[in-house]
Order: sequence, then C-alpha cells, then structure tokens
Amino acid sequence: MLTRILLAAILAGVLSGVFVTAVQALRVTPLILEAETYENSGGATDTHSHEAGTADHHDAEAWAPENGIERTLYTMLSNVLVGVSFSLILIAGVLLTKSALSFKSGLVWGLCGFIAFVLAPNFGLSPELPGMDAADLGESQIWWVMTVTATSAALMIFAFKRQILWMLAGLVLLVAPHIYGAPLPAGHDSIVPANLAAEFAIATIVTSFLFWLVLGGLLGWLVQRTVSGKSGNEAIQ
Amino acid sequence: MLSQQVNTQAAGLEISNTNRIGAALFALLFGSFMLYATVFSHSEILHNAAHDTRHAVTAPCH
Repeated sequence: MLTRILLAAILAGVLSGVFVTAVQALRVTPLILEAETYENSGGATDTHSHEAGTADHHDAEAWAPENGIERTLYTMLSNVLVGVSFSLILIAGVLLTKSALSFKSGLVWGLCGFIAFVLAPNFGLSPELPGMDAADLGESQIWWVMTVTATSAALMIFAFKRQILWMLAGLVLLVAPHIYGAPLPAGHDSIVPANLAAEFAIATIVTSFLFWLVLGGLLGWLVQRTVSGKSGNEAIQ
Repeated sequence: MLSQQVNTQAAGLEISNTNRIGAALFALLFGSFMLYATVFSHSEILHNAAHDTRHAVTAPCH
C-alpha cells in the first residue's frame, strides 16, 4: 500500500512537471530568453556586480543545452524532477500527519505548498531574471531553505494544533525569517529593464500557483484512487 | 458521518506506524535531495541543464 501511495505521488509529480513546462512556455520562458539578450549584450554589462575573483556564472566552457528543442527538453526534465520532489515532500507531510487525501484536500495541500515554497521566500527574495543583481548565492539558498522549512512548520502547526502556545510558536516561525531578513544584493544596478522584472515576478508566481494547484489536486485524486482501490467508493473525504 | 470517519481511517491507514513514518521520512529525504540537486546544485553543468526551471520556481539561481 505504501509503495503504491509513493508511486501515485511520483506520477502526480511527473504529470504536473509536464503540465508546468507548457504553462511556462507562455510567459516565463519568453521573459527569461528576453532577459538573456540583455545579459549577453556585453559592453556596459561587463562592469556589473562581478568582483575580481568571482567567476562569471555563465562560463563559456561549461556545457549548456542548445537553445530550442534541447533546452526545452532539459527544462521539462528538470521540471519533472522538481515536480516529483515537491510531490514526495507533500506526501511525506500527508503520511506524517495521517491525513486522508481527496482531490479537494489535495488542493489545500497544494495551496499550502505554494505558500511555503513560493509566497514566503518571494516575500524576501524577488523572482530573479538572468542578468539581475542578486545577493550571494549561498546565503540566499540558506535563507530560502530556512524560510521554506519554517513556513511549512508554521502551516502544519496551524492545521493540526489548537493550543495557544503552539499557535504562538507557529506565528514566530512564520515571521522570524522576514524579521531576520533575506540577504540583499549589493546594489540595484540591474541590466534588465524594471518592467521585465515586474512581468517576470507576476508570471512566475501565477505559473507556480497553477503548478501547485495541479500538483495538489492530482496527488489527492491519485492517492485517493490508490487507497480506495478500484471500487472507488467515497471512503476518503 | 461516523461510518465515513471510520472508513477514512480504515482506508487511509491499515499500515503500521513504523512503516508509515519510515515511508514519510524516505519521501521527505529523497524529495529534498532531488530538489537540492535540481535547483540548488553549484555544479555548472547541472545549473545550465536546469537553468530555466531554477528561475521559474524562483529559487536563487545566480
């Protein structure tokens, strides 16, 4: 049974990864490609942000997929891997809390995933386009992981605990990363036009929202089918 | 209503707690590891392969 639940979660992740690749093609990917034209336009851009000793991220020698179908396929592959990762993390929460899943409750889990993995970290670290000034990568990643973990814990507490002390602890976990503050870029002399960055922020957040809803809904539906067997009665609400 | 709740428990978890928690931890660790490798790896090749995904999921990338 557990193996089949995990397989259902993996399937939900694969399908939502393929789905989000199509949605990204509408707004997100074109904006990334447009930003790269500024990033690669050379000239004045050479002076931006890269101190002596910090190698430029886009090293000419390093392999990268060819633009076009190859790049799209690699993006789809990584979207599928990310979809499966998020799906496994969600199902871990479901199993740990002994929650029953359905399409509807799956949507709620998806919504919580969106809050924890997208809204909370983006409150501190704005969606980043190629060519935008960003804070130190390692520090940003640590802050991202801490924020996602603390927000997930807070949401779990709000959903499953009722005592006032727990609620207060949840509140602390929710706000602490933002009081501590995300690492900030040294300056804001981005070579990417501001309107492009604004469009990208909206595009990624809307796309991520759709992704998390589809992932949660699929996960709930597939796991419910797995658990209730082929007879498909209304065992899990 | 009552029978539905009983059903829920029966269908949801005729599984021992040890197995359930074991599977949850496995899913959590495996999922986190795969997420790390895809969107957080500092390897240049993994970065380039997953580049658009890293930007799209708004993980810090550069």
